[in-house]
Amino acid sequence: MKLSGSQIIIEVLIEQGCDCIFGYPGGQVINIYDALYEYQDRIKHVLTAHEQGASHAADGYARSTGKTGVVLATSGPGATNLVTGIATAYLDSVPMVAITGNVPCSLLGRDSFQEVDICGITLPITKHNYIVKDISELADTLREAFLLARSGRPGPVLVDIPKNVQVAVTEFTNKPVAPSLPVPVAEEASLEAAAKLIAESKKPYIYCGGGVISSGAGAEIAKLADIIDAPIGCSMMGISSVPFSNPRFLGMQGMHGHYASSMAQAEADLVICAGARFSDRATGNKEVYVRNCKIIHIDIDAAELDKNITANVGIAGDIRATVSKLVTMVEKKQNTEWNAQIEKFKIDEAAALKETDAMTPYDIVDAVNEKMPENAVIVTDVGQHQMWVAQRYRFEQSRKFISSGGLGTMGFGLGAAIGSYEATKDPVVLFTGDGSFGMNLNELATAVSYNIPVIVVVMNNGVLGMVRQWQTLFFDRHYSSTTLDKRQTKFTKIAEAFGALGFSAVNTDELSKALDEAVASKRPCVIDCAVSADEFVLPMLPPGGSIDTIITHIGG
Amino acid sequence: MGKHIFSILVDNKPGVMTRVSSMFTRRGFNIDTLTVGETESPEFSRMTVSMTGDDYSKDQVVKQLSKLHDVKQVQVMERDETVTRELLLIKVKNDSATRQDVLAAVDVFRSKIVDYSPDALCIELTGETTKLNAFIELVKPFGIMEICRTGIVALERGSNCLRKF
Repeated sequence: MKLSGSQIIIEVLIEQGCDCIFGYPGGQVINIYDALYEYQDRIKHVLTAHEQGASHAADGYARSTGKTGVVLATSGPGATNLVTGIATAYLDSVPMVAITGNVPCSLLGRDSFQEVDICGITLPITKHNYIVKDISELADTLREAFLLARSGRPGPVLVDIPKNVQVAVTEFTNKPVAPSLPVPVAEEASLEAAAKLIAESKKPYIYCGGGVISSGAGAEIAKLADIIDAPIGCSMMGISSVPFSNPRFLGMQGMHGHYASSMAQAEADLVICAGARFSDRATGNKEVYVRNCKIIHIDIDAAELDKNITANVGIAGDIRATVSKLVTMVEKKQNTEWNAQIEKFKIDEAAALKETDAMTPYDIVDAVNEKMPENAVIVTDVGQHQMWVAQRYRFEQSRKFISSGGLGTMGFGLGAAIGSYEATKDPVVLFTGDGSFGMNLNELATAVSYNIPVIVVVMNNGVLGMVRQWQTLFFDRHYSSTTLDKRQTKFTKIAEAFGALGFSAVNTDELSKALDEAVASKRPCVIDCAVSADEFVLPMLPPGGSIDTIITHIGG
Repeated sequence: MGKHIFSILVDNKPGVMTRVSSMFTRRGFNIDTLTVGETESPEFSRMTVSMTGDDYSKDQVVKQLSKLHDVKQVQVMERDETVTRELLLIKVKNDSATRQDVLAAVDVFRSKIVDYSPDALCIELTGETTKLNAFIELVKPFGIMEICRTGIVALERGSNCLRKF
């Protein structure tokens, strides 16, 4: 059949299994929006308040399901507003296709109205990008964009489509979805070398990254841990790899990781890392990190092997496929002494928690945890609140913790929460701070428009807490531009002004009541929770520090 | 630290050189020379990049280049198994006092005068980088006006080819 470029775009989206896209109209995508109008029975479009929100929504859609998220924006400022969202997805390996309109080919390169070279701008933050100048290449280019976004290590791909290509007409036929591109398969020799290291180790430790979740390898990791009798820790991106209730799970390691997992990592004689990149936030000082231990590193992206840390055995391969093979090659082990040591770390960790009368951030996390079902999607922004949730929330299912790890994007949360809800229809809670929420709270308009019952829990301490914590520790308490006490923002009134419900809570009773009302309302709600400015995220490994320098207490 | 040469087979499409060179920049690797040209097949271009770096950098360059969608093949060109050449065009002052010495140097290096004017000589020289450097040093006292070099091109010795498909 003969279709316009705009119709072809929507046909390919539907063909690729996309049921919902996020975007914002503009001059160079009017034609695509006209096609969306025509196809509205077959594909949903969610209009956000800002293109950045749309990009984070597409990201949340992808993280919560594993499907490819799609975002649509116009040329110029529409396209540049996607940049933070695309970079966020790139750093966390999230499959995303970003479609931008551009000025007609005849006006490209002339600094035309709302013209930017978005392919040039997004070059270092996409797996690949395209500008389609010929209608005959449009359908296959979009198909290839989906293929690249989901194949191997997932990531964002951008397709820039000049207006004349959207208008042009050509013959179109649907094609079946192409199978993903082949991924490296673990070499037998590397697997044998890994099995040998495991057999020799007395204190093995498994370190999961986001790759375990992308690959759906949680069960295989848990099985490996059972056979070789090893504890499991994770990077922030690896949270929900295995259920929190798994007795072997010690939680997140690294800068703000659990004491027990950081200690276990430091004392281990073998670290088996699956789908993580040994980021500076997860390891601290790399020389100290490897001093006691051998390293097995499994990753689907061969370029990650020996990039940040040199492994004794590096295995390029899909985690699930690789670990499934590895479990058949290792002997059952029992590491009694090691387990006793781990138990001691856990006891020390529990003892370090102090009881206070005021509502602590952990109390807030616990209150939400108690009220929400296991399938609730828990989204965060970036900062102290993010770390408190990462440390404390008891995730039982994978893809239920949605947070910006690699890029650390403040303002990520509300858009991501909206996308997660559209993708799953599961209950959604956004934990945020007064700083992060202030960045993109305009998306409350979107939540209200589409009646998305997101519960926004604002940990309001009146400061930019994470930077302030660094200022407390490393900058002689010079609180430069981190005190927000001159702001007069009333989050409850903001919520009401947007048409959402607003609650405030200064103690756990009020919070519990507010949560009950929020859940019952089935509407977007904001709960403004008072938190002390002097709550710190602990423990803390100072940047570039090691386990010897761990801070577990900040005095007076 | 050592000198590494990479041969890279890429799709012959606009923007590919930017993708390749930007990978070097953003990951902190320094390109010494870069050449690009069409190959035996019009579908593909061949790039030759030379870089100074340690083994870590060499390893990362190969892995990161291999991830680029437009890159079809990457090969590290080992010194002993590679023929390398570079072309130099150099403009030297034409002065009656030094002319004979310049011409002698041109002769010894088997280079060619490609343009002769009353006050300048343009000389063409092909060879390995070290040979070009030696020639430049030699004619420096005579007054170098301008230099233009192509950067290294390289092919593997024997019948092996970069394209493996």
